[in-house]
Amino acid sequence: MFPLLAENLVVEFQGKHILGPINLKIEKGDLAVILGPNGSGKTSLLKALHGILKLKLGTVRWSCSKTESIGNQMFVFQTPIMLRRSVFENLTYPLLLRKIPTAEANHRATQWLDRIDLRSSMQVPATRISGGEKQKLALARALITEPEMLFLDEPCASLDGKTTFEIESLLQSCLADGTTIMMSTHDIGQAKRLAKNIYFLNKGALESIQSAETFFIKPLSQNASKFIAGDIVE
Amino acid sequence: MNDLWNGVVQALILIYTFDSDLIEISLRSLQVTLSALVISCIIALPLAAVLTIKRFKFRRFMIALLNALMGLPPVVVGLLVYIVLSRSGPFGVLDLLYTTTAMIIAQTIIITPLITSIAHQSLRELWSEYHDLLISMNTSHKQRIKTLLWDARRALLTASLAGFGRAIGEVGAIMIVGGNIDNATRVLTTAIALETSKGDFALALALGFILILITISLNLGTHWLSKTESEGRW
Repeated sequence: MFPLLAENLVVEFQGKHILGPINLKIEKGDLAVILGPNGSGKTSLLKALHGILKLKLGTVRWSCSKTESIGNQMFVFQTPIMLRRSVFENLTYPLLLRKIPTAEANHRATQWLDRIDLRSSMQVPATRISGGEKQKLALARALITEPEMLFLDEPCASLDGKTTFEIESLLQSCLADGTTIMMSTHDIGQAKRLAKNIYFLNKGALESIQSAETFFIKPLSQNASKFIAGDIVE
Repeated sequence: MNDLWNGVVQALILIYTFDSDLIEISLRSLQVTLSALVISCIIALPLAAVLTIKRFKFRRFMIALLNALMGLPPVVVGLLVYIVLSRSGPFGVLDLLYTTTAMIIAQTIIITPLITSIAHQSLRELWSEYHDLLISMNTSHKQRIKTLLWDARRALLTASLAGFGRAIGEVGAIMIVGGNIDNATRVLTTAIALETSKGDFALALALGFILILITISLNLGTHWLSKTESEGRW
């Protein structure tokens, strides 16, 4: 499936330039973090790579067939989208879509409920659990399919420290299991804790791609330096 | 006032004595209406889902047309069905005029646009909520339709009950295509019209009360069975 190659990727929305041209390459096992100020195109880049945003120009290529790549990637949105079903049914949903037998789906869902500590709420409607629990459930719903590639759009935005820690632990463990992750975040601390490589975006342009160690010590772009320092990036 | 009181008393007597004519007429009303409702739901609900998720030429026109057809005059529908089913009409050979089948056809034509429009409104709201998630999970059109119909089932029940209410209270069309024949096509509404024209207001009112009783009981029963207002549901 890997590497994932984006070539001259350009995104427009209603005639307005949003992103690009972007060229990048994601290798298997990477944990790539997209950093950048608000409106820099982080979400658009993730959605374009995942294939849910129409490209104006350029290509996104995987080293496998389209069907295989689509079936092996999942996306977790910044605001978790919960199906109007119970917590348990939300977990089994992607498995049943993939025609996994109900008994197997139920077994896996139960294991994940324990893992995200939501066993006691399994029959509760997913729309009624807390924001942090929803985000954990959305992440578990993505990971239950054992995707090779996981896209996350600011998964810990407005979550408390405990939930952020739990989500980061889940991400670390799925990374250890071989899942490649690409996520956007505003949280520089989180980027320092998790990232292997940092992609710095500003005004729709990819200003730098660096390993996390070098990015925080010697960023290649002036705007990245300002961003790390907490200054306003123009 | 006297007629009203007599109507109530006569309704109670008819119910208490299990009047055979009343039972036959009531059962025929239910048979015709529920048959039309089932056929309409089979057509309307998937159609509403397709209109929600698919983009095609004339889609907006179709939605506008369905909304306009909600106010379809039943008498005109009755007349058209009469012409089509009459001996000289294209389906005259089927010999359906003045049968309950003709009444079911007329009622189906009347309530299908109503159920489709109300269902479409509910599904559109749910689709705007689910859109990104279902696209990102690479669901097929069939899977999206199934998911929307299942998760919006309570709202769709309301749409169906609106159709039921319109159908069971309908008189113009079924009078034309059914002919209000005793022991064959007479239903509660046509019987009420007949008794009123004969000046037997007490019996007409009694039948009216029974019609209201059936409608309310069915609505309450459906809501109770589907637990629409239960805590923790949607």
